[in-house]
Amino acid sequence: MKRYMPLFVLPTLCAFILGFILPFIMGVGLSFCKFTTVTDAKFVGFSNYIKALQDTVFRHSFWYTALFTVVSLLVINVIAFALAMALTQKMRGTNIFRTIFFMPNLIGGIVLGYIWQLIFNGILAKYSTALALNEWYGFWGLIILVSWQQIGYMMIIYIAGLQAIPGDVLEAAQIDGATGWQRLWKVTVPMMMPSITICSFLSVTNGFKLFDQNLSLTAGEPGKMSEMMALNIYNTFYGRTGWEGVGQAKAVLFFILVVIIGVLQLRATRSKEVQQ
Amino acid sequence: MKKKKVMPVLLAAAMTVGMFAGCGSNDAGTAGGSTQGAQGTQAADKSSGDGSVYYLNFKPEADEQWQILASEYTKETGVPVTVLTAASGEYEKTLKSEMAKTDAPTLFQVNGPVGLASWKDYCYDLSGADVTGQLTSEDFALKDGDQTLGIGYVIESYGIIYNKALLEKAGYTAADITNFASLKKVAEDITARKDELGFSAFTSAGMDGSSDWRFKTHLANLPIYYEYKADGIDNTDAIKGTYLDNYRQIWDLYINNATCDPKLLSTKTGDDAVAEFATEEAVFYQNGTWAYNDVKDLGDDNLGLLPIYIGVDGEENQGICTGTENYWCVNKNAAPEDIQATLDFMNWCVTSETGVNAMCKDMGFVIPFKSNLDSENVLVNAANDYLDAGKTPVTWNFTTMPSEEWKNGVGSALTAYAADQSDANWDAVKKAFVEGWATEAAAAK
Repeated sequence: MKRYMPLFVLPTLCAFILGFILPFIMGVGLSFCKFTTVTDAKFVGFSNYIKALQDTVFRHSFWYTALFTVVSLLVINVIAFALAMALTQKMRGTNIFRTIFFMPNLIGGIVLGYIWQLIFNGILAKYSTALALNEWYGFWGLIILVSWQQIGYMMIIYIAGLQAIPGDVLEAAQIDGATGWQRLWKVTVPMMMPSITICSFLSVTNGFKLFDQNLSLTAGEPGKMSEMMALNIYNTFYGRTGWEGVGQAKAVLFFILVVIIGVLQLRATRSKEVQQ
Repeated sequence: MKKKKVMPVLLAAAMTVGMFAGCGSNDAGTAGGSTQGAQGTQAADKSSGDGSVYYLNFKPEADEQWQILASEYTKETGVPVTVLTAASGEYEKTLKSEMAKTDAPTLFQVNGPVGLASWKDYCYDLSGADVTGQLTSEDFALKDGDQTLGIGYVIESYGIIYNKALLEKAGYTAADITNFASLKKVAEDITARKDELGFSAFTSAGMDGSSDWRFKTHLANLPIYYEYKADGIDNTDAIKGTYLDNYRQIWDLYINNATCDPKLLSTKTGDDAVAEFATEEAVFYQNGTWAYNDVKDLGDDNLGLLPIYIGVDGEENQGICTGTENYWCVNKNAAPEDIQATLDFMNWCVTSETGVNAMCKDMGFVIPFKSNLDSENVLVNAANDYLDAGKTPVTWNFTTMPSEEWKNGVGSALTAYAADQSDANWDAVKKAFVEGWATEAAAAK
């Protein structure tokens, strides 16, 4: 069967090259150019990168995004883990609860953003204020929205991980006199590290790449203060005549950053994984 | 054994074919626009050799009419015309991706000098073209040096739309409003008697993305217009903000005499303002002739249009803001026969009976061409009345605003100011307006 390998790989490989590798190389190339349409570009060297790095709004968006990622990483994973623990106990209706918690994940980010915008503004209106007036309202609004959306998804991954832990290990720990708390930290969590690696990787990259929710919930108001990196790149690309290349340069920087952070995070959690 | 191997090969082949079919359909006609325009109208065979037209339309509200007009043209002349409409607010994005293709649009549009700056390398010189000769005034040609790169194809006007019956109920008529002072007096009187009358002066000046352009772009045009006029210029890299105090006056008037608390403006949408006006919760509504369909249920006799007065000396003679941000451009890089076909199509649209009827009646445009027909749009006619009465129309200088970023900066500052009307916050508006202009103008170079 081995000699058919090229044949089977071919379609996917073609799609991968056309859909990812080529646009990626083109994108990197364009970040060194000034252009209006992508097929008609003029080489300008590093000037796009210089403009991108001089942009104070871009730097602000980096810190804002980084803070958002850390907070959402903690909130999402702690709650998702707790829910997964609760829903793997032997109690009635766990499947219904799992379904309900998972459902928000099936709704698109743009729609969610608008719905939550109505909810938050409805509440804030009672206090004569609104989301667009304070960057921290936007920040916590995004945290709530993203948690609501992603906790269910992470929960499913954690449930799968929990179910894979052999019962005899926990039983042995119990017979040896370990308390519930000790069993959680000394047995369950170490055994769950592969799931934790995946979930934290997903929440970190999702946090950095967050776009549609940001666009529809706050659109960067007030005055770009709640603009995250992906939205900043998008706005740079379309906001000014002749700045397409700068947006492209920012996107390349953004890619490098996400890769570095992703790799560091994987290393950190991988090293804690134990052999079962 | 042999038979068993046939299946995987077939499956793999099927996948490959499916994939290439998927890539192939990425041609003109599917990109960007989420409207029905994406289906395109390609009635005749493209290989007829005589060139074809591909129009990337900006106005989603006129998509259906363009599709019909395109097929009429094909029926009459045999020249294939494809119309693709970009979704609202997506024009630049759609244009950028469409222009990068082999079958690029032959006819597209820019919004004025700033839009032209990014597309001028793609614009065919229209001087001497038949359609250019049909223009009623040189003012509607978009020039770069001595080249005519774009021509306006629709004229629009905006001002303060008002509800005549409600204004009378409050004890006034439009004749009482001749300048900013009298507008302010009427509006503040209505606000004072709001509970007794049961309506407010202004609809909410929503700063949501669906409505903020009415203020950060259209209202901001007035201080820019007066400054250009005072300085005798029609474009600048450094705005001085001479009339920003007037901008503040009118903005204060709008937000403090409206249906809602100014703190909540950031959440109010364009639909909110339409709804308030249509349900007679407010007398005044700043918008333009294009909004006629939204408000016509109030009855033609009931609708009027006032100039936007901002308290400048001699503004009694000021008329409605009239201009265009819709300029047709022809793609220079298209094949010569396609360029010719496109020029013929444009000329046909503005000279033939079918074309003119479609543009003036079906699409409801006022076209700056000799063949323009009388409008059925009350707001258009109201704007013309000011012209007939000898008032000076306000030109659309917002097409010279340096970038979208600038508009957004002013918009955000206006929203913050509305929530807390302090001098410090107004200084932020000034800063966004004046310094923002200089920064953006420099950045766009």
